[in-house]
Amino acid sequence: MADTETELKALMLRGLGGDAAAHARLLSALAGRLRAYFARRLGSATADAEDLVQETLLAIHLKRDTYDTRQPFTPWAYAVARYKLLDHFRRLGVRYTVPIEDAGELVATENTEEGAVRRDLDRLLGELPERQRALLQDVKLTGHSIEEAAQRQGFTPGAAKVAIHRSLQKLAQKVRL
Amino acid sequence: MRTPDLIALLAEDTAPVPRRAIAPRLIGVALLGAFVSGLLLLAWLGLRPMRPAMHSPAFWMKAAYTLLIATAGLLSTARLARPGGQLGGALGLAALAAAWLAVLATLETLRTPMPGMAHLWLGWSWYVCPFRILALAAPVFVAVLWWLRGMAPTRLALAGAAAGLFAGGIGATVYGLYCEETAAAFVVVWYSIGMAACAALGAAIGARLLRW
Repeated sequence: MADTETELKALMLRGLGGDAAAHARLLSALAGRLRAYFARRLGSATADAEDLVQETLLAIHLKRDTYDTRQPFTPWAYAVARYKLLDHFRRLGVRYTVPIEDAGELVATENTEEGAVRRDLDRLLGELPERQRALLQDVKLTGHSIEEAAQRQGFTPGAAKVAIHRSLQKLAQKVRL
Repeated sequence: MRTPDLIALLAEDTAPVPRRAIAPRLIGVALLGAFVSGLLLLAWLGLRPMRPAMHSPAFWMKAAYTLLIATAGLLSTARLARPGGQLGGALGLAALAAAWLAVLATLETLRTPMPGMAHLWLGWSWYVCPFRILALAAPVFVAVLWWLRGMAPTRLALAGAAAGLFAGGIGATVYGLYCEETAAAFVVVWYSIGMAACAALGAAIGARLLRW
């Protein structure tokens, strides 16, 4: 577990420094662990697990500036995951307590087998304003770099980066409705 | 959308994140709110005569108490703003400040003859004091809550209460620039009720508005 913490924290720090490859590796490593964690906590309602994985990854990404780099990383990620699980129950109207465990529970097991999603993020993306949606589609589907995609959609590269960030924020809100 | 696609999309948004200390930003936001509530005080109630206030121990006693409560609220808010944040001992400061004032109030009570007792505890303004503190705390509370929404608290009611206590402490400090009550007995009851009401309201509002 200590090794996992060291590894994840190193990736997180590089991601915070702007290293996109490290950030992607961090999110992938977290995805497997979040999947196992949510499946264990949700029991039979596992169809929601992949949705929660995606929602939590979005939250971890958008809130990464609230991570205090002097602290260990795993407890921070675990707190986000636990909050998203509680928020999920709250939205369902279920009274449910999630025990506060050692953050080690999050990194204990991993499941790389992706589950089915109930809520399709692509459909939610479709609800964004047309130019933002087109920009995201370009970056995501066609694998264009932001610079290329920005040019195609008539954004300056700086404006495109801001637009992508805003779109992800809107997506994170829609995910919770 | 599949999860790996989402991850690829998120990775496109990997801008460098500046390291930032949260307390200075929070204080900046709160000062902005305090400025607005100062203007509100000037427009609404005005200032007490300030020259005698500078030489009045009662004025400084009140200011010290409300600023200590504000500090406890500030520390609690900063701690609870991050995922997994715990209250820790931040509220101990508030308890200590209240205990200090309770001791002063007890000494006053022992010194005061019976006919003066009601005035000692009720002053001239007990029935408006908590409401005015609540009103003057409102701009600060709005500012702090707005800041908190950009953070990621995971204990929402508690974080809202901490924000309310912080705003209440600032609001009460601003109110002290008008209020001429001098008794520690008055302050420990009515100021505390005002600030506690801010915290309670903050808890109720926070549980709803701080979700993310």
